[in-house]
Amino acid sequence: MIDFTEKLCTHLMRLLDVTTGKVVRVVGFDGGRGLAQKIRQMGLMPGVWARVIRQAPFGGPLLLEIQGRVIAIGRNVAARIEVEEGECDLH
Amino acid sequence: MRFALIGQPNCGKSTLFNQVAGYRAETGNFAGTTVTFTESKVRVLGQVIDLVDLPGTYTLSGSNPAEREVVRYLASRQVDVIINVIDATHLIPGLALTLELMELGRPVVLALNMMDEAVRVGLEIDGACLEELLRIPVRPLIASKGRGVKNLFTTALTAAKAARTAERQRYSHVIEEAIAELAVIMDGRPLPLSPEPMAIKLLEGDAVLWCGVDEDIARLATAVKRSQKNIQQVTGQEAVWVISAERHGMAANLVRKVIRQGERRITFRDGLDDYLLHPFWGYVILVVVFYLLFQSIYGLGSILEGPLLSTFGILEGRIVQTLGGGTLMAELLVGVVQGVSGGVAIVLPYLIPFLVGLGFLEDVGYLPRVAFLMDALMHRVGLHGKAVVPFLLGYGCNVPAVMSTRMLEERRDRFLAAALATLVPCAARLAVIFGLVAFYLGPSLALGIYLFNLFVIALTGRIISRILPEDTPGLILEIPVLRQPTLIAVMRKSWFRAREFIVEAWPILIIGSVILAALNYFHSAVYFNLLVRPVTWLLGLPAQVGVPLIFGILRKELSLIMLRQALDVADFSSALLPAQMITFTVFVVFYIPCLATLAVLRRELGGRDMLVIAGTTVLIATLAALLARGVALVLFSGI
Repeated sequence: MIDFTEKLCTHLMRLLDVTTGKVVRVVGFDGGRGLAQKIRQMGLMPGVWARVIRQAPFGGPLLLEIQGRVIAIGRNVAARIEVEEGECDLH
Repeated sequence: MRFALIGQPNCGKSTLFNQVAGYRAETGNFAGTTVTFTESKVRVLGQVIDLVDLPGTYTLSGSNPAEREVVRYLASRQVDVIINVIDATHLIPGLALTLELMELGRPVVLALNMMDEAVRVGLEIDGACLEELLRIPVRPLIASKGRGVKNLFTTALTAAKAARTAERQRYSHVIEEAIAELAVIMDGRPLPLSPEPMAIKLLEGDAVLWCGVDEDIARLATAVKRSQKNIQQVTGQEAVWVISAERHGMAANLVRKVIRQGERRITFRDGLDDYLLHPFWGYVILVVVFYLLFQSIYGLGSILEGPLLSTFGILEGRIVQTLGGGTLMAELLVGVVQGVSGGVAIVLPYLIPFLVGLGFLEDVGYLPRVAFLMDALMHRVGLHGKAVVPFLLGYGCNVPAVMSTRMLEERRDRFLAAALATLVPCAARLAVIFGLVAFYLGPSLALGIYLFNLFVIALTGRIISRILPEDTPGLILEIPVLRQPTLIAVMRKSWFRAREFIVEAWPILIIGSVILAALNYFHSAVYFNLLVRPVTWLLGLPAQVGVPLIFGILRKELSLIMLRQALDVADFSSALLPAQMITFTVFVVFYIPCLATLAVLRRELGGRDMLVIAGTTVLIATLAALLARGVALVLFSGI
């Protein structure tokens, strides 16, 4: 049997495009090895939930909450992190 | 016997170390304060133990110098027990490291630090349950208040004596298969770690441990590559990601079992970030905080500096009186006194208050918030948000400014931030700007010089980042919880840092001062003036300003004090044209950092970079002063 629900619910996007206050799940990352490692250290790995708390003005960094930790992430880094929206609205 | 303290950045590890070993390690409420390890002997139940404080690390697959240091240390030294400190309020990431440490096949004791914070946010942690699940001793700790320290160390001693190694958790089938396969290949060979942990680290692509593999590297490397490929085929992701994701998963599972989220007691601290990081109020607060910091430091500094310098002035007078003016001995002694007084005039009034203020902001956790607010702006000059701190500090004194570049991870960032910070007009240069430009030409022109300075710094930043492009795509920085700093910790830290200046930079200042005094005795003023003549001629300044400019390297405000002697006038307006005053001031603002700053630059970046920065500043100063001269000539030609 094919499970469609997951495909229907997930909406892939970049972390940069997530609106403030939304909770998303990290899917992947494209970028160099060194950066990937830094991101992993901060706990931003596939399957982890993150909430965008706020965005700094003038193209400044994003503020994320991951597993209770608050992390600031530059926009260029956020643009490389692939996430999916958590809440599934089937109606 | 040796105990190693390991934990993630900002978990309070160094605070614990300082509690037991006296103040030896830098602490601060931001990531990466400890870059190298610090060792100390401590006594536990009558037994002398080597305690080592390793740099904070998120994982053991080291990506930055600090983390590689940890892996290298663990692989090369005999460690009898690992004391893993974790922040009880951030259990999941903390335990992920614990699980990684448990793989190393060494005894591990877990310290749950910041238990008071955990209670505050309403976390109930079942330590006994965690102990049972991990099968290693787990102890509560409040390092900042020294609670639980004794219990932790006696537990560690027992664990070290029993030498009961921690058992690692099991990964998914595909990973375990790869581990087993690699372990068989490595079995019986001399290795930095035992085969299984070695296999895990190699699968994660660890570069450090390869150095410890002596034999048959090619065969092992092929096997590792094959396993990594296999894992990627089965899971669709790189082995390193799979392993760390599984570790995090295990940590999350553990936390689910041992934690109960009680009611979170909301205090005003929790709401504070809404203001501190607010797109409007955040900046207002930023300006107010740093304005207050400057005001209090500058106020305190100016109260102290005057009497201090006049006391030394009297001392100089006495020396000249007793030994007779113009004798070599008197000149040399005066040189020593000037070197000492130069240090006193920097350390006591400015450096110590600055370090106390900085230490306070650091321990509160405000600095990462400043980095968050200023990140966008700092990218314009080729740096990221964290580099804002050296700039702000530079306005007081360049010495702590250069010291603070240490918090940046990339060498290129440290260089650029230090180079730009030395261009910031410090309090001593403020004296020149005010004493010359503001006094004779009006405060608005003095303000103009400050704005011009900002413009030059921004331009320099842009040019240097053309040559050394930014290689990090941006900021990744943990914003720690706001904490209440303790006075004693702040004072100890300030003293620890001030001591660095006293030990390393002050002697150079005194030696430099003596050499200059000797040169002065042999009437080398003419040669000085000749030496600097190309620059003074180019800028249309009288030849006599050469000596003040050279002495200004010792201490920037000396260039103004000596100018009066060199020109032999009481009123500068009778010897210098307005345009010359502006040109001179601009040159003094930018050219070679003072000797104390040079000494710190050498310490932080090395001798070569110090020379590069000093040379660049002369170039910048000449160009900026030429530009200022042109503008000033146009400005004053109408008068």
